[in-house]
Amino acid sequence: MPRAKARIRILSLFTLLFCSETALGELGINFPTPAAPVAQEIYDVHMLTMRITTVLLIIVFSFILYSIFFHRKSRGYQADQHFHETWFGNWSWIFVPAMVLAVDLTIANSAQKTLEKIWVVPKDEKLMDLKVIGHQWWWEFEYLDHDIKVESRYTPEEKAGDLYLREVDKRLVLPTNTRIRFLHTSADVLHAFWVPELGFKKDAIPGYVTETWAEITREGVFRGQCAELCGTWHSRMPLVVEAVSQEQFNSWVEEQKTLKVAALAEASADKVWSKEDLFEKGKGLYNSKCSACHQITGLGLPPAFPALKGSPIATGSISEHLKIVLNGKEGTAMQPWNSLNYLEIASIITYERNAWGNDTGDVVQPADVNAAR
Amino acid sequence: MSTATLAPANDHEHHGPPRGMRRWLMSTNHKDIGTMYLIFALVMLFLGGASAMLIRAELFMPGLQLLEPDLYNNLVTNHALIMIFGAVMPAAAGLANWMIPLMIGAPDMALPRMNNLSFWILPAAATMLMLSFVVPFFPGGGSQINTGWTLYPPLSLQVGMSMDFLIFAIHLLGISSVLASINIIVTIFNMRAPGMNLMQMPIFVWTWLVTAFLLILVVPVLAGGVTMLLFDRHFGTSFFNAAGGGDPVLFQHLFWFFGHPEVYVLILPSFGVLASIIPTFARKPLFGYKSLVGSMIAIMFIGMVVWAHHQYTIGMSLAAVSYFMIGTIIISIPVGLMVFNYIATMWRGSMTFETPMLFAVAILLMFSFGGLTGIMLAVVPADMQYHDSMFVVAHFHYVLLPGAVFGLFAGVFYWLPKWTGNMYDERLAKIFFWINVIGFNLTFFPQHFLGLAGMPRRIIDYNIMFTEFNMVSSVGAMIFGLSHLLLLYIIIKTIRGGKPASARVWEGANGLEWELPSPPPFHSWTTAPQIK
Repeated sequence: MPRAKARIRILSLFTLLFCSETALGELGINFPTPAAPVAQEIYDVHMLTMRITTVLLIIVFSFILYSIFFHRKSRGYQADQHFHETWFGNWSWIFVPAMVLAVDLTIANSAQKTLEKIWVVPKDEKLMDLKVIGHQWWWEFEYLDHDIKVESRYTPEEKAGDLYLREVDKRLVLPTNTRIRFLHTSADVLHAFWVPELGFKKDAIPGYVTETWAEITREGVFRGQCAELCGTWHSRMPLVVEAVSQEQFNSWVEEQKTLKVAALAEASADKVWSKEDLFEKGKGLYNSKCSACHQITGLGLPPAFPALKGSPIATGSISEHLKIVLNGKEGTAMQPWNSLNYLEIASIITYERNAWGNDTGDVVQPADVNAAR
Repeated sequence: MSTATLAPANDHEHHGPPRGMRRWLMSTNHKDIGTMYLIFALVMLFLGGASAMLIRAELFMPGLQLLEPDLYNNLVTNHALIMIFGAVMPAAAGLANWMIPLMIGAPDMALPRMNNLSFWILPAAATMLMLSFVVPFFPGGGSQINTGWTLYPPLSLQVGMSMDFLIFAIHLLGISSVLASINIIVTIFNMRAPGMNLMQMPIFVWTWLVTAFLLILVVPVLAGGVTMLLFDRHFGTSFFNAAGGGDPVLFQHLFWFFGHPEVYVLILPSFGVLASIIPTFARKPLFGYKSLVGSMIAIMFIGMVVWAHHQYTIGMSLAAVSYFMIGTIIISIPVGLMVFNYIATMWRGSMTFETPMLFAVAILLMFSFGGLTGIMLAVVPADMQYHDSMFVVAHFHYVLLPGAVFGLFAGVFYWLPKWTGNMYDERLAKIFFWINVIGFNLTFFPQHFLGLAGMPRRIIDYNIMFTEFNMVSSVGAMIFGLSHLLLLYIIIKTIRGGKPASARVWEGANGLEWELPSPPPFHSWTTAPQIK
């Protein structure tokens, strides 16, 4: 971050409330500029409440500061011993709450109107459905209308540079000017979907499907993060939305479908692979999917995440190893990985059994995974 | 006069405290127990503060420097629990023990042996809490508590045995505060000096009466919630496990049904302290006694039915969120009225600014600020952005540090001369005040901007766009944290000596506690004072 920008940012603190709003968002001291009408509504109600409360704060501060400046003994001010018995003392308990109530109702009224506009997902027209599944510690996006899935994981610091923790390997690509319904759920613990430009934050809760909606009105890349503490690597769950035109979105969908078909063909259970190919494939998959817990070094982070290097499972019977990868381990962060295809599981297991000096020499083929499943 | 010349009937009144450890271990004296509560709270303040400083040191720069993610989350969890259950509540209970009998003209608390029990449970509970922190560092100790103090399942179901230590620590802490609350209620209802009716009690006594009722109403709900968690962890139940037909959100409701009133448990006693301090230093009577009593009773009732504003993002219906939003905003009426009454007490006073009064004024300014960001958070649509961001962290520290902790500091400075018989060092205390308050604002003010710009809370590592404000905040936190060493020094210095304090101590002080000498005798008000 350039130093000059930092200085401007700190200087602008004091002018936060009444000057240009978008500029403040870019400097990182207010919400970023909304990219959806829902977010705009939220932004407006935020600015309204902030202004009202600032005025109230100035009033309260003025009375206190006036009082501590003028009503002090060192200025020879005599205390008014009967102030609490005047008409003001007798009736303020009615008119002070009445005034506070008036302010409260102003805020609540405007908030309620906004709420009614944004809270319930519109039912009257076609929506694009997107299922967002939180995992420890990655996001899975299912485009229900297009039958494609995207897995999105944080980009390591070496690759992401200045965008570290704000960049992912596969972005959530969404079309503009389309009403999108987000269906949030979780595969393990609580997570929360938060992309400030889209406005909503919503929890992903196992066993629940919570919904939000947005219609993105401008193209761009919008960055957010998981906002509900989800364990060790809570900080490593960025969300990156790439909003593109409908045409670009359509061609992206086609591309994903082609990739999916190719991957399926490749993963056919009949094909026999060489150990080297499986090992190479497995290394890539392991480093993206498994290393968050078990670490790239295979040493894990005991006791929460056991080491695979020299572990009884990774060097013992293949069927036990397959079982734990396919079914997970209850009561721990180890989830069932049965959403991966035969080839992926076969190569990950082959990698784990031969990496870090585990040199068992074992080769697990897609057909073995098929048999175990 | 030798003891032999005393009549047997008077013997009890005049004998001093037992010698050695027996005085403290078996104490049934409200002053000794009050002192022990306060010392315990001070120790815990330093533990909780040290964990907060570690957290802020890690957040000084992006990247992982000092801590592992799980240790970081463990510290976040322990910081909250130590501060809430170890520092603020025991300190407030210490003030209650010391001051309520003196203020209402009672010889002691109504149930002195239970008083001993409710204190001595605390060190046991604190040990349990410390164990939950250190157990994972031993072989076979399982994973660390990485859930935050909210202990939300399913994450809390993944944690190792340290979670069980924590659950039992919470049980013990809960038992201790329920016992203390029962004692306080019984004392206030039965032990007032003849002629003192409820509406003549000092506001501090009122705040504790309301707080004690709140605790008795909500602590068992938390105990129930964590017990269900324990059963889910070990006995195969599925209260909170979706795979077994349970509901992870149920725990959140149980937790916040306790957790929200808990905020008022922390704040109300400190607001009671303000009601003693401001009239003293403004040299005029408290403004709006009746409306203060009414306000705090209203806070108690409304505060118990707005808990779900901590969970706006769980996907409640429109009707439910509307209700919780409006209920929450309405709380600003009684809270606003309390702040108004304090400002009106200052108004047209003849004020001087000794340390307790400095804290009182700072509390009014900063608590108002925290209260107003509270209104912003209550607004559901806007909370969709603020929720679980650093904005929330800034908000509740602005409410709880001025609203609870600074109120306790003010009370300690206000009554320390009464307790010890010595005046504290006013110059040092003022230096402490300024460092403390500036450090506090430096720490928490920038966090509002971090939250608005999109930094979630409880993350160990962040993108470089958040660096500057985190640096300011961390520097502030070091100043703020270290300033408490000065507080410790002032307290020790005062206990060891100083200018002798008069019985009244402060020129404008009013109330029964100031009728007694400083320090008061071991047994005070053995003959009840007459209230006109």
